[in-house]
Amino acid sequence: MLRWPLIRLLPAKTNLHFVGVARLMGFLSIVAVIGSLALCFTQGLTLGIDFKGGTVVDVATPGKPVDAAAVRAALNAMRLGDVEVQTFGTAGAVEVKFQTPAGADPAQTVTAVTQRLRTVLAPAQVTFSNTSVVGPKVSGELFRSGIVALGVAIFLMLLFIWFRYQLQFGLGAVAALFHDVILTFGVFAIFKLEFTLTSIAAILTIIGYSMNDTVVVFDRLRENLRKFRRMSLREVIELSINETLSRTIITGLTALLALFGLALFGGEALRTFAIALIFGISIGTYSSIYVASPIILLWGVKSGDDDEPTLVGGAAQAAMAQKAAALKAGRREG
Amino acid sequence: MLQLRPWKVAIVVFALLFGVVFTLPNLLPRSVTDSLPGWVPAARLNLGLDLQGGSYLLLEVDTVQLKQEKLNNLTEDVRRVLGQQQIAFTGLSASPNAVTVRITDPTRLDAAFKELVKLSAPTVGGGRDLLVTQLPNQTLSLAPPPQADAAAINTAVEQSIEIIRKRIDQLGTREPSITRSGTTRIVIEAPGESDPEKLKAVIGKTAKLTFQMVDDSVTAEEATAGRVPPGSVLLPSDEAYDRNGVVVKRRVDVSGDMLTDARPSFDQNGRPSLNFRFNGLGTRRFAQVTQDNVNKRFAIVLDDRVLSAPTIVNPILGGSGEITGNFTQESANELANMLRSGALPAKLNVQEQRTVGAELGADSIRAGETSLAIGAVAIFAFIILSYGLFGVFAAIALIVNGFLIVGLMSLTQATLTLPGIAGLILTLAVAVDANVLTYERMREEARAGRSPLLAADAGFRRAWVTIFDANVTTLIAAVIMFLAGTGTVKGFAWTLGFGVLTSVFTAVVVTQVLIGWWFRTFKPKTLPIL
Repeated sequence: MLRWPLIRLLPAKTNLHFVGVARLMGFLSIVAVIGSLALCFTQGLTLGIDFKGGTVVDVATPGKPVDAAAVRAALNAMRLGDVEVQTFGTAGAVEVKFQTPAGADPAQTVTAVTQRLRTVLAPAQVTFSNTSVVGPKVSGELFRSGIVALGVAIFLMLLFIWFRYQLQFGLGAVAALFHDVILTFGVFAIFKLEFTLTSIAAILTIIGYSMNDTVVVFDRLRENLRKFRRMSLREVIELSINETLSRTIITGLTALLALFGLALFGGEALRTFAIALIFGISIGTYSSIYVASPIILLWGVKSGDDDEPTLVGGAAQAAMAQKAAALKAGRREG
Repeated sequence: MLQLRPWKVAIVVFALLFGVVFTLPNLLPRSVTDSLPGWVPAARLNLGLDLQGGSYLLLEVDTVQLKQEKLNNLTEDVRRVLGQQQIAFTGLSASPNAVTVRITDPTRLDAAFKELVKLSAPTVGGGRDLLVTQLPNQTLSLAPPPQADAAAINTAVEQSIEIIRKRIDQLGTREPSITRSGTTRIVIEAPGESDPEKLKAVIGKTAKLTFQMVDDSVTAEEATAGRVPPGSVLLPSDEAYDRNGVVVKRRVDVSGDMLTDARPSFDQNGRPSLNFRFNGLGTRRFAQVTQDNVNKRFAIVLDDRVLSAPTIVNPILGGSGEITGNFTQESANELANMLRSGALPAKLNVQEQRTVGAELGADSIRAGETSLAIGAVAIFAFIILSYGLFGVFAAIALIVNGFLIVGLMSLTQATLTLPGIAGLILTLAVAVDANVLTYERMREEARAGRSPLLAADAGFRRAWVTIFDANVTTLIAAVIMFLAGTGTVKGFAWTLGFGVLTSVFTAVVVTQVLIGWWFRTFKPKTLPIL
C-alpha cells in the first residue's frame, strides 16, 4: 500500500542556519536593491501607454499575415511620433504603437490611422481587435494615482504590523517590503517588461503576498519568544523560520504552479502580469526568510551584547501577556 | 473545534447551496436560463469590456472653450445693449476671463454701467452671475465669478450626458452606460461588437446649428487679407463655390435649439439633403429674417463651418425648410440624428479610448478558462500529494470556494475582467495557504505527542490567529486596488477581495466540518499527514 503523503519536500524537522548566512544574503540583497534602483534610474522602465500616453492598435487581416512593411510605410508618411510596428501572435497580426503629434487630437488621429490602414491594406479585410488611446492628461493622472496607491498600501501594511506586533517587527517588515517592491521594479527594468496599470496591480498583489508570508513567520516568532524565554533571540528567530519553512515553501509552490499555468496558457495579455507575479512571489518568499526576520536581530543586537536580546524577548513576552490578558478580558465580556 | 456542531454543518451546507445556485446560471446555456421562471436566480457573471468586447470612452468637457463661448456671447450682448442705447464705445474685447469695453463719452459711463448690470442675473447663493466693475480710463469690465463658472461647467456636463444618451440611443447600440466621472468627465461604456468610430463620430460634433446673415460688404478675399468688419467673422465653407470661406454676421438669427425635427432627404437634384422644421419662435424669427432679406444670402452654419449659403428667393413663412450642402447620405443621416438630439453645450475631447473586439474577448475568456483549469489541476495534485486525505479535504474546500466566489460575483454583478480571472487563479492558489498553515500545525502538535484528535483540534485553533493576520494584508491590498484602480484593475480587486473572504471561510470552516466528520466516522489512530 502506498504511504501517504507521497511527497515530502522537507524532513520533519529542519535545522537550517538561516541567520548564519543572513549577513551574506543581506549583502546580496543590498547589492540587488542598489542594482535595481540604478537600472530604474539610468535605463528607466518601459512605460506602457497607460502611463506614457499614446496609442496602441492591433491590426489583423484574417486569413493571411499583415503586410508589416506597408503598415510601417503608411504610418511614417503620417508624421506620427515614435512609430513602432511589431508582429505578434501566430496569425501574423501586427501591433502598432505611436505617439499623437503635439497639438493633434488623439481620438481623431487614431480614426485617421485606422482609415489609412484600411486603404493601404485593401483589398484584404482589416480588423482592429484591440485599440487603446490614452491622452497625455489621463496618463499623467494614472501614473500619479498608481504611485499613490503603492505608497498608501505600504503605509497601511506598516500600520497593521505596528498594531499587531512591536516596533522592531515593523522595521523588519518594512525593509522586506521595500526590498520586494524595488526588486520587482528591477525585474521590470532588466527584462524590459512593459509597465502598465496591471503591473501596479501585480505589485500591490506582491506587497500583499510578501506581507502575508512575513506575518506567518512573525506570528511564530512572537509565539516562540513567549515559549522559550531562555533562548537567545538569534536562536528563536532561527527556530521560527525553520518551523514555518515547510508552509512557506508549499504555499509559495502552489502559487507559482498556478502562475506558471497563467504565464503559459493565459494569453498575450496576462503574460507580463504572470511573469511579474512569479518573480515577485519568489522575491517575497525569499525576503520573509532572509530579510524581514534577520533585521529584527540586527535591531536587537545593537541594543546590547549577544545575551541582551533575551531582554527584547522578555519585553515582547510582557507585551504579549498584556495583550493576551486584554483579549481574554474582551472575550469574557463578549 | 472539531465537534460536529449542527450550526456549523448548517452554515457549510447553506454556503454550498448558495454558491451552486448562484454559479449555475453561468454553466447553463442561455436558452435554458432565459426560460426559467423569474424567481430563479439567473444572473450571469458581469463580464468586463475586455472579456465581452466593447468600447470605453473617457470624454472631457472642454471647459476652456465653454468659457470662451460664454464670453463671446457676452461680447455680442454688450454690443447689442450699447447699440440699442446708442452709447458709443471702442475696444470691445473678450480676454480669457472677462469682457472689457471702453465708453467713448465719459458722461454716458454711468448709463452704460447701469445697462450692462442688467445683463447679470441673480444666482441661488444671493450673488449675481456677472460682476460689472469700473476700471480706469472709462473702461468697464464684465466677468463671471468663479462660482458661476463652476455652475456652468456642471450644467454643461449634465446636459452633455443627456444629449449623448439621445444620440447613442438613435444609433441602436446595445445598452451603453453613460456616467459622469469627476467634475468635468463622462465615461461611455458600450458592450458588444460596437464600432468606436461611429460612437466617436456621434459625440465628436457639438452640432451647433445657426442661421446667420452673410455680410456682403466685403468679399471673402478681402476678409482673408484681414479686413473683417466688426461684428462679422470669416468662416470656412463646405461648398466648393465658397472655397475661400464666407463672411458671416456674428448675430445669430435662428439657432438649432429652435428645431423640432430634422430628417435626411434628397433635394430636387437628387443630392442628399436635410429637411427641418422650426418651433413657434423659430418659425416667427425665420419668417421675419427671410422677409427682410429677400435676394440676400444667409448662411447655415454648423460648428463654425458654413454648410451652405443660399440666396433667399422667397420669404419662408411655414417654418420648415431644406438644408443642402456637401452631404453624403450617411452624413445627412448623422447630422439629422444630432440635430434632433440637440447641440452639445461644449466640445467633448476624448481623453481615453479602449476598444476590444468581441473575438479577442472570447479568446481571452478561453485562455483564462484553460489556465484556470490547468492551475486548479496542478494545485489539486500538489495538495493531495502533500497531504493525502487531508489534501482531498482541502481540494473539496477549494471547489466550494470556487463556487462561492463565482456565485458572489454573479449575485453582486461585480465586473469580471481579464486580470480578474488572474486574480481568481491566484486566489485559489493562496487559499490553500490556510489549509497548509493548519496542517503544518497539526503535524507539529502530533509530533509533540498529542493524540490525533487533540493535534488536529490544536492545529485549527493555533493556526487561526496566523490565518487571520496573514489574510488581512491581502485584503488591505485588494481594498486599495479597488479604491485607486480603474476598470480592469478594479476587476482584479473584486475577485481578490471576495476570494480572501471566501477562502478563509472554506479553508477553515468547511475543512473543519470535513475533518470532524472523518474523525467521528472512522475514529482514526493517526493523522494521514504524518
